[in-house]
Formats: sequence, C-alpha cells, structure tokens
Amino acid sequence: MLTDLLGFPPQVLFGQLLLGLINGAFYAVLSLGLAVIFGLLNIVNFAHGALYMLGAFATLGLTQYLGIGYWGALIFAPLIVGAIGVGLERVLLRRLSGIDHLYGLLLTFGLALVIEGTFVKLFGASGIPYPTPEALQGGVNLGFMFLPFYRGWVVVASLAVCVATWYLFERTKIGAYLRAGTENPRLLQAFGVNVPLLTTLAYGYGVALAAFAGVLAAPITQVNPLMGSNLIIVVFAVVVIGGMGSIMGAVVTGLSMGIIEGLTKVFWPEASSTVIFVVMAIVLVLRPAGLFGKPA
Amino acid sequence: MNKFLGYLIVLALALAAPLVIYPVFLMKLLCFALFASAFNLILGYGGLLSFGHAAFFGGAAYISGHALKVWGLPTELGILVGALSAGVLGLAIGTLAIRRQGIYFAMITLAMAQMAYFVFISSPFTGGENGLQGVPRGTALGLIDLTNDRAMYYFVLAICLAGFLLIARAVHSPFGQVLSAIRDNEDRARSLGYDIERYKLLAFVLSATLAGLAGATKTVVFQLASLTDAHWHMSGEVVLMTLLGGLGTIAGPAVGAGIIVTLQNYLASGPLAAWVPVVLGVIFVTCVLSFRRGVVGELREFLRRSF
Repeated sequence: MLTDLLGFPPQVLFGQLLLGLINGAFYAVLSLGLAVIFGLLNIVNFAHGALYMLGAFATLGLTQYLGIGYWGALIFAPLIVGAIGVGLERVLLRRLSGIDHLYGLLLTFGLALVIEGTFVKLFGASGIPYPTPEALQGGVNLGFMFLPFYRGWVVVASLAVCVATWYLFERTKIGAYLRAGTENPRLLQAFGVNVPLLTTLAYGYGVALAAFAGVLAAPITQVNPLMGSNLIIVVFAVVVIGGMGSIMGAVVTGLSMGIIEGLTKVFWPEASSTVIFVVMAIVLVLRPAGLFGKPA
Repeated sequence: MNKFLGYLIVLALALAAPLVIYPVFLMKLLCFALFASAFNLILGYGGLLSFGHAAFFGGAAYISGHALKVWGLPTELGILVGALSAGVLGLAIGTLAIRRQGIYFAMITLAMAQMAYFVFISSPFTGGENGLQGVPRGTALGLIDLTNDRAMYYFVLAICLAGFLLIARAVHSPFGQVLSAIRDNEDRARSLGYDIERYKLLAFVLSATLAGLAGATKTVVFQLASLTDAHWHMSGEVVLMTLLGGLGTIAGPAVGAGIIVTLQNYLASGPLAAWVPVVLGVIFVTCVLSFRRGVVGELREFLRRSF
C-alpha cells in the first residue's frame, strides 16, 4: 500500500518526478545538440535557446498557416530550423574558423539577441497556447499517480531521439566521419572527406535537435519568444556538469539533473531554481573536468 | 608628453561637461564606463570571458542600496560596502570558475551569476520585481548635499577617476604584465614559475570589486537598485561595450560604454524603443565578424600604419 512517502503524498512526489523527467529530457536533447556542435565547430552555441524557441514557433506557424498539424510539425519544424542553422553556419559562423573560440560564443549571443528581440517585438512576451494533439489527450491512472499521455510521450520521444543520435554517431559511417572530424579535422580532410560540409551538417543537426525539443515543448509550456532564454543557461550548467565529451554523458547528466530539480521542488521548493547551479559548483570542486569529461 | 596633454584635455572636458550636458546622463555614462573598464581587466588583459559580471554590478547595487537605506550608512561607506561585497562574491565565483578554461569559464560565470540572480529575486531585501527604491543620496564627506545633480556629478567623477587610475595602474604594473603573459601563453607563463591561478583569481576579484563600485555608484545616482542590474542581459551589454570599444585598450571600454549608453538613450525615446535588444545584437554580430579590434583598437592600428 503506497501511502505517504517521506511525509509527501505519492501523487505529489511522482508528479514532480515526472515533471523533472520531462525537464531532464529537454536538458538532454539540448545539451546533446550543444555537444554535437561543439565537437565540430568548437563553438558554444548561445543561440541554442533561441533556435529551440524557433522550433516551437515553427510548429505554431505550420499549424496556423499551412494546416500541418503536430505530427507533421514534428518532422518539418526541425527541418526548417535546421535549414536556418545551415544558413547561419554558412554565412556567419564559418567566418570565425581559426580564431579564438570565445568569438563564436559572442557571435551566437548576438544572434540570440536578434532572434529573440525580433520575436518579442512581433508576438509580445506572453505565451501563445498550442493544443495537445488529439491522440495524446487524456491520461491513465497508474494507481500511485496520474500519467498524462502527452507527458509520457515527451519523455519517450526525447529518449528515442537521443538513442538515434547515439546510433548515428557510434554505428554509422557518417558518424565515424563526424567523430574523426572532432578528433582531427585536418587529417580527415587530407583523407578526402569534405570537412566543411560535415561541419555545416553537424551545426544543422544540432540546431534541428533544439527545434525538435521546441516542438515537444509547445503544448506544455506555451509558445513564448523567451522560452529558451533562461533555459539555455541551465543547459550550460548541465554541460559543465557532464562535460561535452560523450553522447551518453550528455543524456545521463541531462536526465539526472531534471530529476534532481524535480525532487528539490518537492522537498525544498525555494531552492529548485538554483539546485542545478549548486550541483555544478560541487562538481567543479570535486571533479573539475566534469562527470564524463577527460581531465585535461 | 602628448599622452599627458591628452589626459589633461579629457579631464578638462569631463569637468566642464555638466555645464552643457544633462548631468544624470553623464553620471550613467561614467558608471558604465567604469563597469566596462573593470570588465576589460579580466577579458582584455586576462583573456578570460566572464559572462557573469552583472552579478557583481547588480549585487553591489543591492547591498549598497540596503546599507544606505536601511542601515543609514554615510554615502561613501555605503558605496564601499557594496564594492567590497562584490569583491567577496567575485572571490567565490572566481575560485570555482578558474578551475576550467576558455569556453567553460564563460559558461560557469554565466551559471553562477544566474544563481545569484535567482537569490536576488527571492530575497525580501531586494524588493523583488519592484527593486530597491528610494535609496537616499545623502551627503559627500558629511558636507556637500548630493541631491544636487551637479554636486553628485563631481562626486561620481571623483569615484570613477579613482577607479580608472587604479585599473591603469594595475595594467601597467608587473602584475598586469604577468596577466597579459598568461593571456598570450598560459603554459609558458606557468613554466616561468608564475602561479597562474593566483594571478587569474586576483584579477577576477579586482575586476569584480570595481564592477561593484560602478554598480553601487549607479544605485546612489538613480536611487534605485533593480533586477535589470543583475540580469544576464547586463552581463552581455558590458561584454558588448568592451568589445565595441576595443579589448585590451585602456580607453576602449569607456568609449564603447559611451557609444552604447548614448545609443540606448537615443533609441529609448524614438520609434525604435522596442528594437533595442535587436540593435545591440546586430552590433554584436558586426563587431565579432568584422570589427574585432573595436573602435579604439582599429584607430590605433590605423595610426600605427599611417605614421
């Protein structure tokens, strides 16, 4: 018989755990995208939060103007935003190759200001609701908690994308090229592989991952021009905790940080917005290279 | 000699400026010039990109505001308390951040500053969304009434000049030389026997303290400390001011601050008011792509090549 766990009704505890798992799934997908981009471009993509937001707006736009529903948007929104990313890489980011990595961060910070500022001007700072797709409305009572179908779907879809990315990188030929490009781009180029193209594709893919998270988030958080701006800072902390070295590292760190945040909401709500930063500080003291990073 | 004459002209202009230009605007300009110069110490001379300097600027703003309003400290002491507390916060954040290099340093400072921001939001003494309002300006040295904008201007000018002198002194001291050496080649500086972590940390704390001095002074001028001062947009703005003016130049950050503050003031009253973040973003992108030396850096390069 499940009654109160540690003095909290199980509904509350598991409800927050689920929310934490969902946030964790977003952290995982976003930090995965950052890791992919960092691997080939050596750039920390500050515009990641803004591109996540673009994914949500693309969903909204596809539904309103083209009549393409949620399921179509799940495919098309990442493609559209990924194409925007390819454009950004070709026109702007490419010109920074070979100079200090900090300029990449500054450039993408400027891009984030431009994108978010434009959307705030056009759509206002308040959120626009997006309906949950019909097939996923409602939920099921598991006995110890109520599970809304959509929330379960978000977790499953995010994990599926993470596993697919892992497969792409670790088990396919293009993944082998991408990993080689991370290790030693000049040598790879010498073997006749088109590294600039690979770099562009990596940026497009990382950005598409952010947009995918944006589509998943649209029915949960509402579509808001600033939905990514605070999120990206938390994701940076997640990246510092996990290190950008491995795909599994990004996924595991993302999920566990989401869960820790969810649990904190139950036991000490005031600290829930800062707990990930505290974890980051502790990790920096104990293991400066990050949980999955290689010591320099 | 030429340089000395140049400084003298700038000083004379600064002394005469409030006769022509609205003093409150000038004070804002001075505070941000000091903020950007303090930031330049760590980015321009130390090569460390801090994305969390708003925590020091905003934190000092809150603490000096509280010290002046609630504890009733004299103005000078209140500002000093704010600056020193920013230094302590700088010591805490700096100790963590210097454990990692490059891009990670930026992300860590950003995250720690965001944490400070959340603490400020939820602490009752900051007044949350309303901010800390009605901070008294008080008197300078117990004699001069600072509610007069002219008097306040000269008080702020004195503080900022002291700050600039300290920064210029630090940059040209052996400490500043070692700091630049670390920026240019960390391994070589280490092999020469310098304890680079201590140099970086000292530079970070100094930069944080002076950023706090700017924030505390700004609070006295506007009699207000608010969340805007501590938000990460502020951290971004100070990066932009420094970059636009010229990284690693003495005058650059002040020039950059002047351009950005003037631009913001000008845009705020026009039809483009809502586009300010976009305009700043475009300047950011332009600077990074084609103007990396900044205004002063490009000017210096131009003079060097032509003469």
